[in-house]
Amino acid sequence: MIPLAPFLVVSAALVAIGVFGALTRRSALGILMSIELIINAAALNLVAFSQHIRTSDAESTAGQMFALFAMAIAAAAAAVGLSIVICIYRNSKTVNVDKIDLMRW
Amino acid sequence: MTEPASLLAWIAFVCLVAVTVGSAVLVVTLRNLFHAVLALIASLLGVAGLYLMLLAEFVAAIHVLIYVGAVATLFLFVIMLTVRIDDAALRQSNRQVIPAIALCGAGLALLLAALLAAPWTPVEEIRPPGVQQIGHDMLTTYLLPFEVVSLLLLVALVGAVTLARREDQRT
Repeated sequence: MIPLAPFLVVSAALVAIGVFGALTRRSALGILMSIELIINAAALNLVAFSQHIRTSDAESTAGQMFALFAMAIAAAAAAVGLSIVICIYRNSKTVNVDKIDLMRW
Repeated sequence: MTEPASLLAWIAFVCLVAVTVGSAVLVVTLRNLFHAVLALIASLLGVAGLYLMLLAEFVAAIHVLIYVGAVATLFLFVIMLTVRIDDAALRQSNRQVIPAIALCGAGLALLLAALLAAPWTPVEEIRPPGVQQIGHDMLTTYLLPFEVVSLLLLVALVGAVTLARREDQRT
């Protein structure tokens, strides 16, 4: 089986790419996609740790369970985020976050 | 003692990492958002493959079902509904690309230095829990979080429908 460190490296790379996307994308949809990448990296880390490092068999499912909950919450976040995007588009005819300055003082 | 990974496993792992990370780079750089979602699907499938390499087959299956089946489809629908065709040629990144690259590179270097220097002590023998064990734990140890998540999903979906519905149809 592949050791732990390569999975952590992949996960770190995904986080960095996701943060880069969230910082540079102009479209709100692109930012949401980058956030999905970051959540994925976190879930991958949880599963990798739970398979490789544990103290007892009783907690052997903890990491996978957390990853499943993270997926459910990410799906809920995507649903709400995308409906907010639709709302914003209906009001201002754009989804680019640098054009949406309604709440900027 | 767990036997070390075979050459074939390493080749599969490297291919999966190439697909995952390469598609993730495409997700944040492609100009056409529709293509970016397709790259996101490829990246998520790569992550599902990585779950399989971690012997977490249930998480891999659920990952494909939720992300590729539901979340990516939702993204595609919203892009069809909001992004106009002439937007596809526009520049999709703001003026902060260089600082963002510097910031993310520094963060990545910090993470890699930390995690490669850390003394991980893996278990002697990996006994991955099966689907049966996961199902059992989900309805015993993790029953309360399970119910809270189901309530959260219900509230989020009702909220999504309410937000996306047109105002003038409230009769």
